[in-house]
Amino acid sequence: MTSAISVSGLVKTFGQTRALDGLDLSVDTGEVHGFLGPNGSGKSTTIRVLLGLLRADSGDVSLLGGHPWRDAVALHRRLAYVPGDVNLWPNLTGGEAIDLFGALRGGLDKRRRAELIERFQLDPSKKARTYSKGNRQKVAVVAAFASDVELYILDEPTSGLDPLMEAVFQECVREVKHEGRTVLLSSHIFSEVEALCDRVSIIRQGKTVEAGTLAELRHLTRTAISVETTHPITGLEEQAGVHDAQVDGSRAKFDVDSHELDHVLRYLTRFEVRTLTSAPPSLEELFMRHYGDELRENGVKTEAGVR
Amino acid sequence: MSDFTGTGRLVRLAIRRDRIQLPLWIAGTALFVPIVVASVRDRFPTEADRIEILRSAVGSPALLLFRTAPTGASEAAMIMFSFLTYAAVLAGFMSTLAVVRHTRQNEETGRSEMVGATIVGRHAGLTAALIVVAGANILLGALITLALIGYGQPAGGSVGAGAGIAAVGIVFAGFAAIAAQVTQTSRAANGIAAAAVGAAYVVRGLGDVLGEVRPDGYTMVSAWPTWLSPIGWVTEMRQYEGDRWWVLTLPLVTFAASVALAFALTARRDVGMGMIPTRPGPAKATPGLLSPLGLAWRLQRGTLLGWGIAMAAYGATVGSLSETVGDALEDNQGTADTITKLAGGSSADLMDAFFAAMMAIYGAMAAAYVVQALMRPRAEEAGGPAEAVLATGTGRLTWLASHLAVAVGGAALLLVVGGAATGLVAVLSGSGQGGGQVADLTGASLVQLPAALILAGVAVAAFGLLPRFAIGLAWSAFAISLIVGQLGELLGLPQAVRDISPFTHVPAVPAASATAGPLIALTVVAVAFGAAGLALFRRRDLAL
Repeated sequence: MTSAISVSGLVKTFGQTRALDGLDLSVDTGEVHGFLGPNGSGKSTTIRVLLGLLRADSGDVSLLGGHPWRDAVALHRRLAYVPGDVNLWPNLTGGEAIDLFGALRGGLDKRRRAELIERFQLDPSKKARTYSKGNRQKVAVVAAFASDVELYILDEPTSGLDPLMEAVFQECVREVKHEGRTVLLSSHIFSEVEALCDRVSIIRQGKTVEAGTLAELRHLTRTAISVETTHPITGLEEQAGVHDAQVDGSRAKFDVDSHELDHVLRYLTRFEVRTLTSAPPSLEELFMRHYGDELRENGVKTEAGVR
Repeated sequence: MSDFTGTGRLVRLAIRRDRIQLPLWIAGTALFVPIVVASVRDRFPTEADRIEILRSAVGSPALLLFRTAPTGASEAAMIMFSFLTYAAVLAGFMSTLAVVRHTRQNEETGRSEMVGATIVGRHAGLTAALIVVAGANILLGALITLALIGYGQPAGGSVGAGAGIAAVGIVFAGFAAIAAQVTQTSRAANGIAAAAVGAAYVVRGLGDVLGEVRPDGYTMVSAWPTWLSPIGWVTEMRQYEGDRWWVLTLPLVTFAASVALAFALTARRDVGMGMIPTRPGPAKATPGLLSPLGLAWRLQRGTLLGWGIAMAAYGATVGSLSETVGDALEDNQGTADTITKLAGGSSADLMDAFFAAMMAIYGAMAAAYVVQALMRPRAEEAGGPAEAVLATGTGRLTWLASHLAVAVGGAALLLVVGGAATGLVAVLSGSGQGGGQVADLTGASLVQLPAALILAGVAVAAFGLLPRFAIGLAWSAFAISLIVGQLGELLGLPQAVRDISPFTHVPAVPAASATAGPLIALTVVAVAFGAAGLALFRRRDLAL
């Protein structure tokens, strides 16, 4: 499988601030890649380096087989970008802005444009100054998906959209993925990333702290189990990989490391399991586990942090 | 909670935001006093000197238009003649920009929405802006008064000068408050308010030009148009020469009426909205928009249209004055010296010298337009759509060069409009020398283009090198060029200093012949600056 984006050891400083501190990112052609991290962790900076808007201090960056700074214009014809903060021209209408971005990108599918405007329920004849944040985002999203490109770089594209529009957006991403195009999706919305992404990269303070498929990442974390048995449960706390067990006679609630799951379930069967529910770790928990210590420092108690 | 709750806090916020900007305006304007005093003492030490220059001034429409009608030959009156209207214009711009900054700009950026959700009354924002701006003007007036008294001028007239200048600033603060209610963008509000200041200056000038010379031969009584202009009110106070204090009631009443109107408008509209509603536009773009150049033109055309109207009106005014000038020149030999001095001192034909002096003004207007137009890319970059545009197939050079092309083409067009309007009206009013004059004056106006190009080059270089300071750098370059180049002679600056301004090097066509050397040199320097700016912009990070 070829690589659409490949970044290794990327460093970018602004004066004293080290915004990116050896970041790695690898996005395969044809995949939807989730790009997660808290505010200020360097997601937008990474994307701007990929777009050649900022120049990397050091590190290797390759985008669609080219160099993002040197080959910027040629590469930009093959990608579409939705910025995190969509700014439009106040005196141009949304429709004009869509056509303009399309033309500057090298062409727009007119039928697709009309269809997307319909699906996103956008009024293209309104001046941009009258649009809400969500409507400005719709303009950028419509302009991006109406373009025939290989790569979509989307920086928190749905932060201003309502749940209905969020669903339309997810459909659009699935469609372009189906056509074999690549998507880099920076997002704060875990359900969105879980629903759409093949792989995710989690970054923190300008470094990649976790990368892989959701399944791989889940393996690194814990599953929450709630069980009821015929016989009273004993000795559960001593089993490897079991955490925070609350045993009440024949009922128990506990978390278990995913790689110890099989062994713990075998242990439970000796008490004759009557009901069992398990909650797989969510991406949110995964995320919280990486930032939990930060939150605890700030006095915030989180479920994931306690586990 | 009243409509004014929270005003005190907002005043402090506004002062905090303006802690550098307003003191610079105030100090910069007050700095005129020592410069002008020194210049007057150096060049016109005796009353006889002053009477001599004023005798020629009353016959010079150009001087009357740009300065004011002289009221006396005392040293103090000469100082007023030299700087009163300029200081009034500066106070006006300081006030309009500050009021819009703290009202409409807050609404446009959404800041006032956040502020409005706190314990703040409906009128608190506007009231706070007006208090801060009025305070700044009073401070400016006090500084000017103290400086004049410090230089030994009579106290009464000095207070009159400070109070008058402060009053003009306050009147324009009131106008800006109305403009900020009517429009939806701070750009448009600033445009309307600046146009009001410019119109006040020109209307006052017309009244002074049409005024009547008194029997003494060197003082004047202005005609009625002067009384229509807030800037005319300051000069009509006749500081040091009669001190007409009652004239101060005109700006104060006007200010009170403007503020009442602005408050009434605030109460009638929603936050963020203007009085002029936004209409829907086309759902599809026309093909003309769909290129970097098309976009730059679309973003710039409104500014160019405004300048074009101003240029045409100004050119027509100058053209219509040419007959009066011709008559005055026949009567008065002394005027000849003043005008030839303004025009570079190299002419036999005084009418041509007059036109050459006017062409220098057109050049300054074209340069101001170019600087304004080239700050648009910076606005697009800082919190604007440039990030998304430069992530498309549009290269950085293409993008910036498109704006540069519109700015340079626009400047050339403005000069053509100014020159042609002057010639056309001069010919139609019967004072011209036939149809050939339209072409001659258009050509003379275009000779100014290379000086405007230098400022275009400097603006692009500033944008490429130090984007965050580009706006300040470019406007400073313009202001220095203007003061040093256009007023250097009047201020008595040494030639070496005056040579740094591009305006100094433009041949005084039609009084002098258009020599290619300086024009080519100016153009080469301008291209070098522009090329450096483009190269620097291509190499730097976007300053988002």
